[in-house]
Amino acid sequence: MISTQLFYGGGGILLLLLGLWSFLVHAPLLRKLIALNVMGAGVFHILVATAYRGLDTPPDPVPHALVLTGIVVAVSATALALAFGQRLDRDDDR
Amino acid sequence: MTTTLLAAFDILLSLTLLALAAAALTSAEPRRAVILFIAFGLVLALVWARLRAPDLALAEAAIGAGLSGALLLAATRRAKAHTKEGASGSPEGQP
Amino acid sequence: MTRFVSLVLLPLGLAAIGVVLIWTFYLAATGEAGARLADLALARVPETGVSNPVTSVLLNYRAYDTLLELAVLLAALLGIWSLGPAAPGFQRGGEILQGMVDWFVPLLILAAGYMLWVGAYAPGGAFQAGALLGSAGVMLALAGYPSAGLPSERLLRLLSILGILAFCLVGLVLMVLGLGFLTYPPELAKWLILLIETGATLAIGVTLAAAYLGGRPDHTSEVDAP
Repeated sequence: MISTQLFYGGGGILLLLLGLWSFLVHAPLLRKLIALNVMGAGVFHILVATAYRGLDTPPDPVPHALVLTGIVVAVSATALALAFGQRLDRDDDR
Repeated sequence: MTTTLLAAFDILLSLTLLALAAAALTSAEPRRAVILFIAFGLVLALVWARLRAPDLALAEAAIGAGLSGALLLAATRRAKAHTKEGASGSPEGQP
Repeated sequence: MTRFVSLVLLPLGLAAIGVVLIWTFYLAATGEAGARLADLALARVPETGVSNPVTSVLLNYRAYDTLLELAVLLAALLGIWSLGPAAPGFQRGGEILQGMVDWFVPLLILAAGYMLWVGAYAPGGAFQAGALLGSAGVMLALAGYPSAGLPSERLLRLLSILGILAFCLVGLVLMVLGLGFLTYPPELAKWLILLIETGATLAIGVTLAAAYLGGRPDHTSEVDAP
């Protein structure tokens, strides 16, 4: 059980680092947003890994609830950022 | 036997997940990046189902992959229309 | 100089962050498991009115969290609306797409109702149901319905605050009755949670669909149009 937790937790940390790297290196808004979403997915993945208690015991519901709210907040933040980007593009045209 | 099978499954899932993330983050073509990101979200949902979090798998497949993907795809379409307008308008304007 | 930053400093910094994170995670995962919140939460699930542990955490133990999260969604929607009218939508889809949409949208709405109901004892709940409603709206928008099946602006505004409204009303009524804000009496908990979840589902679905349209609703854009 611990080894599964560590394995998937390590995967989550790698996702977080990949997203952070891409967020710092690439300039376009769309790529930054994808990077931010991958970073978030990495954090959620770490939380889900800590909640895991083996195949036979029920997992910890508290991190699951946190991740569920996190997913919805992430998508609303993405939508807001895209609306900002669109508005900026339109203002550039004038 | 089952533990080895499970470990092999774990490794396969995680490698697919990381490979999709790396592909989505390194591809320069926006539409391709978004589609890879959607695939990444779907594999992530599969991984969470394996980690006994079916609620989260449902939410990630519907919201993380589906709705975010739809939002980002619409944004790539708008960005393309924007650059086309800019390209057709440029001869008279700035070089 | 920038080459130095991106080729040397950035990988070094990321590696340092990675090592610290992995070390912390290792210590947290292998450390002595003291009194875990999980055991407490799982032991008291029968008292919460629902048997799905995740729903019980979301709408009973940590109901404040969910209330504030709905407020975040509303704030994001208000931000999107304040940025001006929506961009022109998609063209009307062909016959095959129309036929598919005619079948899928009622199915999605039905599935959302099922998800909402089943969330009490199986995977599902307000967020998943709201996401299904939102995706029904996205599908309508993609098929060329300019308002994505959303109602008139006045009703839309009401629907988008419905989740917070249900939460606050239930909380205040419970306070008047002498219980704490959002402290459900066990025998009523199931119905109060279902009431709040219904409001939250509608609010989340409407918010996500409106966020996909990406601008202020109809009448203002007609006025602004050249």
